[in-house]
Amino acid sequence: MEISLRDLLTVLHGMGFGALFMLAFAGAVAELYRISAPAAAILPTPGAQRLLRWYLIAMVVLAWAAVLSGTYMVYPWYRAVPPAGTTDLSLYPKFLLNSSPDTSAWHSLGMEWKEHVAWLAPIAITMVAYVTAKYGAGLTRPRHLRTAVMAFVVVAFAATGVAGAFGAFLNKYAPVRGGPAIHIIQVQERE
Amino acid sequence: MKKPETISPSKALSGETLPNGPGAAAILAAGIGSAALGILALANDAFPAINKLLIFYGPSGGLSGVSTMAVVIWLVAWFILARRWATAAVPMARVNLISFALLAVGILLTFPPFMDLLQGK
Repeated sequence: MEISLRDLLTVLHGMGFGALFMLAFAGAVAELYRISAPAAAILPTPGAQRLLRWYLIAMVVLAWAAVLSGTYMVYPWYRAVPPAGTTDLSLYPKFLLNSSPDTSAWHSLGMEWKEHVAWLAPIAITMVAYVTAKYGAGLTRPRHLRTAVMAFVVVAFAATGVAGAFGAFLNKYAPVRGGPAIHIIQVQERE
Repeated sequence: MKKPETISPSKALSGETLPNGPGAAAILAAGIGSAALGILALANDAFPAINKLLIFYGPSGGLSGVSTMAVVIWLVAWFILARRWATAAVPMARVNLISFALLAVGILLTFPPFMDLLQGK
């Protein structure tokens, strides 16, 4: 069983950072809502506030790791220009997609949107983590802080959803391939 | 003599006693960063000369400059606002309104069909 280096790093970008960041939203939204809802009956303990703070810091790290690995590692492979006369475009995903009118919108809409909108997520979640750490349960007083935090969380989630969904589709129609092969499991052939 | 106001442990824990300035600064700066991202993305797409200027890292093309400059603008805005509002109580409703408007600019300008519409493509 083997995988190419580019495949592996693309999986790390999408599944390791992006999908994990996306999954973490459920916990963040539930906990932020719980501590800051106007009708919250119980003040969170210092331990619970500390846990939320570290949870959000982990999300911030994942968000930045996702956009930085995407922009500086995977995207250059995606947009690599094929040498003149190349007929097999399988190693040049952008050009492979643009070579057919049936797939070109995956680039012109999907990748063009994904590459920019994804950057909203780390900016938004960094702000959310900072404000939450600074104010704790005081987010609810005044309520405007809470409104802003929840709105930016929703936008970060939506931006990640767009980037993640198009990333998955793009990798289906024009996967980033190439680089040295990494052997994960060596299976002995039976005679 | 009037006794100085004491803060109850529960109030201190809940953050009720903090001024809203630092939070407002972070929120408005996030809005400014988002709008900067959208405006730079549009400029990068619409003007070849700007695209050239924004290629900070060749293999990533203009995206490297768009994202780097947006992050720089966001952090500089945050730094300036945080210093100005460190101990201030600011009108949060207005800050939120401006931040959401800037966020909307960022979202719209990163959406390719809207970018194309603005460029008359």
